[in-house]
Amino acid sequence: MQPRRIVPVVVALVLGASVSAQAATIEISMENLEIEPAEVSAKVGDTIEWVNKDVLAHTATARNGDWDVMLPPKEFGTLVLKKAGTVEYYCRFHPNMKATLTVAP
Amino acid sequence: MFVRLSAAIAAVSLLSGAAMAQSAKPSDPQIAHIAYTAGLIDIAAAKQALRKTSNKDVRSFAEDMVRDHEAVNKQALDLVKKLNVTPEDNDTSKTLSKNAAAKIAELDKLSGAAFDKAYVANEVAYHKAVDSALETTLIPSANNAELKSLLQTGLKIFQGHEQHAEHVAAMLK
Repeated sequence: MQPRRIVPVVVALVLGASVSAQAATIEISMENLEIEPAEVSAKVGDTIEWVNKDVLAHTATARNGDWDVMLPPKEFGTLVLKKAGTVEYYCRFHPNMKATLTVAP
Repeated sequence: MFVRLSAAIAAVSLLSGAAMAQSAKPSDPQIAHIAYTAGLIDIAAAKQALRKTSNKDVRSFAEDMVRDHEAVNKQALDLVKKLNVTPEDNDTSKTLSKNAAAKIAELDKLSGAAFDKAYVANEVAYHKAVDSALETTLIPSANNAELKSLLQTGLKIFQGHEQHAEHVAAMLK
């Protein structure tokens, strides 16, 4: 338990980062054309990991054009959040797959 | 009940020229055949588009259709194998194939922007018709739970394609 908690702090110090050492990875699944959870709150610096469980390719595409993550079948894609704000996103191949990401500063 | 049945028949008539009206409730082997045929038809249409179009958006839409429908049809084949069901040809499948062949011949006479528009417009209409047949007839008639669930996923995929096709159609205007 102890060593695992020390590592991020050390990394943060090494990088001279004033960024929060608490950056989290948030998993969002895409299965049977459903994005789950469809509404996620996160912070700048967090990583979103979309896991595509379908046999179809999907994308996570921001409506505002900020990002477009390709998600091949049975693979995952990640995005490090750099900007605060609420972003609606969808799958370009199946535009009925829609979700929202709220990013706090 | 009567209203729902009429709606189902109307949807099927749209899809297949009333081919199924005599036997309102298809069996699982028939449903599997209809769903598989519907996928093959869209793959054939997409391959025709890939041969004929020079529009980037139409091309990438057609590539998406081939990729998705091949993936779904593979799942359908795996499922019928697992369930030991032999897909059964039927009037609806036959009518679907016949209408699709006529559409391919019709589109083959077009080229350039006229082809692109006609292909995408047909994709919108075709996916709408299949969605409505899935919703009103095929899903409610399916007995096997796994088949029903595959059809339900198929419906979401088709609805997605319909929206995607509408988006491409809007860009072509």
